[in-house]
Amino acid sequence: MSLTDRPATDLLRDLSARKISSVELVKAYAERIRRFDGQIKAFLHLDIDAALAKAREIDARRAAGQPMGKLGGLPVAIKDVLCTQGIRTTCASKILENFVPPYDATVVRKLKEADAVIIGKTNMDEFAMGGSTENSAYFKTTNPWDTSRVPGGSSGGAAACLAAGMAPLSIGTDTGGSIRQPAAFCGVTGLKPTYGRVSRYGLVAFASSLDQIGPLGHTAEDCALLLETIAGHDPRDSTSADLPVPQYTASLSQPLQGLKLGLVREHFGPGLDSEIEAAVREAVKDYQSLGATVKELSMPHSKYGIATYYIIAPSEASSNLARYDGVHYGYRTDEKAMLDELAAKQKQLESAQDAKKLAQLDTPLIRLYRKTRAEGFGPEVKRRIMLGTYTLSAGYYDAYYLKALKVRRLIRQDYDKAFEEVDFVVGPTTPSPAFKLGEKTDDPLAMYLEDLYTVTLNLAGLGGISVPCGFTKSGLPIGLQLQCRPFDEERLLQAAAMYQRATDWHTKRPSL
Amino acid sequence: MSLTRADVEKVSLLGRLLLSDAELDTMTTQLTRVVGYVEQLGEVNTDGIEPMAHAVEMHNVFRDDALAASLTRDAALANAPKRDSECYRVPAVLGE
Repeated sequence: MSLTDRPATDLLRDLSARKISSVELVKAYAERIRRFDGQIKAFLHLDIDAALAKAREIDARRAAGQPMGKLGGLPVAIKDVLCTQGIRTTCASKILENFVPPYDATVVRKLKEADAVIIGKTNMDEFAMGGSTENSAYFKTTNPWDTSRVPGGSSGGAAACLAAGMAPLSIGTDTGGSIRQPAAFCGVTGLKPTYGRVSRYGLVAFASSLDQIGPLGHTAEDCALLLETIAGHDPRDSTSADLPVPQYTASLSQPLQGLKLGLVREHFGPGLDSEIEAAVREAVKDYQSLGATVKELSMPHSKYGIATYYIIAPSEASSNLARYDGVHYGYRTDEKAMLDELAAKQKQLESAQDAKKLAQLDTPLIRLYRKTRAEGFGPEVKRRIMLGTYTLSAGYYDAYYLKALKVRRLIRQDYDKAFEEVDFVVGPTTPSPAFKLGEKTDDPLAMYLEDLYTVTLNLAGLGGISVPCGFTKSGLPIGLQLQCRPFDEERLLQAAAMYQRATDWHTKRPSL
Repeated sequence: MSLTRADVEKVSLLGRLLLSDAELDTMTTQLTRVVGYVEQLGEVNTDGIEPMAHAVEMHNVFRDDALAASLTRDAALANAPKRDSECYRVPAVLGE
């Protein structure tokens, strides 16, 4: 197996034993990037020279016998929605094209402290809004298993760079499935932690009550390593949980005894691809042969997940994205052209003596905001700002937003009830495998419906993981989703590792 | 319910967006479909259910009232599209 095909934890053992150096690793991934990123387009920003310099420094410290951080020279790719001090952070949006953060996100700081080598910033749907990475303002990322297909999203670059062997570890974010769905589409392992497990400080906000940062890797063990590095309380994020962080890698090899899995009836309804259903049912059988018992249960409100999500997430987004005003940072429209246009309009209305329209004419400041945002945001971001503004506006707040918050609690109660009976809820990560580029771009609602199995977890604030569990006949990866009780990532990872010791789906790599 | 083009135009002002005629048309069609879809929540009985705004339902997280380092003014202004030595600059808000 070539270096760039191996799991990160395996590489780390060789780094620690000084069988390989961090410089060698960075060079190997840089070579893969040089050969394949023209086709995959996973990275928005690369600085191989800086990565090599960092790797050299880490190698020197290791050679001198100095203390070494947990990631000891492993390269890590970071989704371009986390602030990196001095490195452009765009959120794949034109409005942040030239934004250079003055500070590091807490997760980035922790990665640096753990001696990770940041290899690049990965492509995504603009402001993490989307499920295909086609909403990037810069370019589309392709799926390494079939480059005519999407890698999923919004963490599409994060999953694709792993699958293509261009990085061994990757940081993504998940607001409605944005780690788990691309992990499923690209045949890698991706974990969405319980809300509050990982600090969101320095994460550019999309929907603050749903956003969570998490790891992607080839194995559950890789995810365990990355999660134990980035998790924990942070005084700078008051919603981060003040709970100890388990050493997930330490307990990973313990198999779980008397494991109880719940199959949700509603997850196997119409719309589920038959090959995915077959692979998931086979995976459940694998668990049974490892001693698990399976119980079928109902989560009656799960079918309202998408509707609830597409009220709450856009509502929060419309409020969060108010900060892009062309004043504090980011893009600003051509001010002179804007003022000239406004003056001309005013003159025209004055000579037409149209008092009504004249009174409605934007002030220069309002027009500055509106033009800046019209030019800086892409269509999906505009759509969600519009949707969220509408559902929060006077007269509609109770009917939409407040109603959605109540259904959100019912969704959470469905989970609470399920977890009285089972340890994990298990099912498909996605209803269908990776779709063709351009297939759903004209139909926003069809794209939203793809999030069917993932959004309820974010609404409830719980943790979940997607692990590879097979392939379609045409060779596209399939993901198995396990969902857990709040802060039960330790056992979630054990359950995933148990499956990966019994199967080899996670060892498959695409041929590029 | 169906959104009118005038509704969409009004929302675009509230959301501080400026939409072209073509965008207003597309947006009206697309938002009508999405709003039509989310209205299925109307069939859920939510009597007596407390709204859940957040997964972590805590309030008032305090910290000690102690001085701590923060960004310098220059660092905070560094990304501003237009600034002077100490402020963000915007078009005149009040008349001459």
